[in-house]
Amino acid sequence: MRDLIKEAISKERMIDLFSSSRDIIFSEDSPVISTMREKAIESFTRIGFPTQKMEEWKNTDLKDSFSRVYDYHLKPQSEFVDFLKVFQCNIPHLDTAILGLLNGWYISKDVPLMELGNGIIMGSLSEARKRYPQLVEKHYGKYADDTGTGLTALNTAFARDGIFIYVPENVRSPKPIQMINVIHSDQNLFLQSRNLIILGRNSHLSFVHCDDSYNHQSSFSNIVSEIHLDENASLDHYKLQNLNNSSTLISSVYFQLEKDASIESHYLSLNGGVLRNNINLVFNGPHGSANIYGLYLMDRKQHIDNHVFVDHIYPECSSSELFKGIIDENANGVFNGHVLVRRDAQKTTAYQSNKNILLTDTAKVNSKPFLEIYADDVKCGHGSTTGQLDPESMFYLRQRGIGEESAKMLLMFAFADQVVSKIAITPLRNRIEDMVKKRLQGELQICEQCVLHCSTPEQPVDFRIDMSKI
Amino acid sequence: MLLSINNLHASINGKEILKGIRLKVDKGEVHAIMGPNGTGKSTLASVIAGRDVFEVTSGDIFYKGKNLQKLPVEERAREGIFLGFQYPVEIPGVSITNFMRTAVNSLRKYKGLDPLSGGEFIRMMEEKKKLVEITSDLTNRSVNEGFSGGEKKKNEIFQMAMLDPTLAILDETDSGLDIDALRIVANGVNKLRTKENAFLVITHYQRLLDYIVPDFVHVLFEGRIVKSGGKELAVELEERGYDWIKNEREG
Repeated sequence: MRDLIKEAISKERMIDLFSSSRDIIFSEDSPVISTMREKAIESFTRIGFPTQKMEEWKNTDLKDSFSRVYDYHLKPQSEFVDFLKVFQCNIPHLDTAILGLLNGWYISKDVPLMELGNGIIMGSLSEARKRYPQLVEKHYGKYADDTGTGLTALNTAFARDGIFIYVPENVRSPKPIQMINVIHSDQNLFLQSRNLIILGRNSHLSFVHCDDSYNHQSSFSNIVSEIHLDENASLDHYKLQNLNNSSTLISSVYFQLEKDASIESHYLSLNGGVLRNNINLVFNGPHGSANIYGLYLMDRKQHIDNHVFVDHIYPECSSSELFKGIIDENANGVFNGHVLVRRDAQKTTAYQSNKNILLTDTAKVNSKPFLEIYADDVKCGHGSTTGQLDPESMFYLRQRGIGEESAKMLLMFAFADQVVSKIAITPLRNRIEDMVKKRLQGELQICEQCVLHCSTPEQPVDFRIDMSKI
Repeated sequence: MLLSINNLHASINGKEILKGIRLKVDKGEVHAIMGPNGTGKSTLASVIAGRDVFEVTSGDIFYKGKNLQKLPVEERAREGIFLGFQYPVEIPGVSITNFMRTAVNSLRKYKGLDPLSGGEFIRMMEEKKKLVEITSDLTNRSVNEGFSGGEKKKNEIFQMAMLDPTLAILDETDSGLDIDALRIVANGVNKLRTKENAFLVITHYQRLLDYIVPDFVHVLFEGRIVKSGGKELAVELEERGYDWIKNEREG
């Protein structure tokens, strides 16, 4: 079978693999999807993989990630387990509908696509392409940037599965939908999954997207998600990242918001080797609103790069970004925020803020908020601060008898909490608060890194600081 | 003797601020430190509390018979030294409740006591809040964030009441207060005075000392205590100003 590569990733190797595995890659395609693949591989051939010579990748080095040897399965493996038996969500009182991906493939059990009574459809993208070609093809590949972004083009060329969610007009999802994207293998893995989420007019969805890994093997994930919000739809979006230190995750999310649509998006990155979040948001109608929050806690040699691009095309939309990071040891943080306000986007409000705390001399941050404005009646601003914990605050806390370590923890937690407190789902917020505390105290174990129940039972944690609300 | 400061010299960035302070404070006493701006009053407070930006170049501070030199800030606090800040720091995201609960339980742990339960802690907070006439919502806010000058100073005295120190240093607690807030703050302090604790009240003006009546008044000038006396010294300073001291020194 040619459904597997076992060597370092290179542009040439990927192009070869594409042409030698057409029978597998194209096997379930409609003509529309096939054409898209052909165009995408052309784009990829032209652009290739990112290198640090590209402005957008100046501060993120993927050489090491590319040099490792990975398995890449073009077909799902047969030995799939019953996902929900192995992994149980470990957030007390969080009631969600769970969609599971294992190594990039939807775990179907017997139902690859669920059609709920209220009209919501959710499950495998591969199945949705077959059953709802018109619905899928109306949106698929329409928002992702295949022509300018090599990794996105590569994903479009190869991707065969992922998550599909459709919320019809006027429907509010009664509970959050949680997507759990687990990497678990005894081999190094390369994977490219693709997600499509469609929100009809006046609909609402809470969507929790977890990226987790369950062992110490290397992985390279190139994941593309397209999320479309029709008029007056609203989305509460959570992206939770807890991967091991040898994982590379390139997550590219393309949001398109029609008139009056609104989103709240939360990027919570607690662990990972190399994490790159490409967050692209287009206001394709007036009166849209987007609040994007990010929190990243990095240590050792971890690397996080948040690239946020917001395109204001129509008037009277508002966007705000708040990204906060705590960088320890030899870790690296990158923030690149680009807000484009086009000529007709009058009365835009846009704000970007990036704040970082560096805990060591070797921790590093590159922060670049950037406003590009062509309209004249707008309210825009940006700010970026990077520094140590405030010595005045430290002295104040310690003068009240609080030990140095606890005082640091209290300040770091407070810093993080300005993002965590924005989480609207209470059980999720409580769990994340808890995880942030553990993470800051170095007590977040690899086997219980994520919101899922791991094979080892959770150890009771003795917090030196009692933050519990009383 | 509770506090004994001997020939204390301290500097910041190589610049000497304290040039040989001598001061003895015993339990049950209230000492006022007065003096013109920039003579080292706040530095003295910070050095006793253990702020590390100041370097003690010679002399020593004994507190409860212990040399403070080697003791970090939090240990001094746990031993009962409290500093009421002239400019209390705003700490967004840390609620006063969590802050005080952590502080109170740190102190209790140091004394070998069990931490307070949530209920016990709330009762304690309610009781101490009354002392400085704090309305209930103040305690659920972030530490000092968006507080008015008066609220910040009341909050300092509230914290002092919570921590029940043996030696309280109040650094210009009266600055920026209107007369009502001043009265509330002073009443709070007076209610906390016992035979077992002592206060070091740093102030520029005599006004506060009408409410918190000191046993001793010291004048700090150019890094030294140049004059000491009873409470009548404060009145004299109010009438004659600090120039009189300067002239006496120079003459």
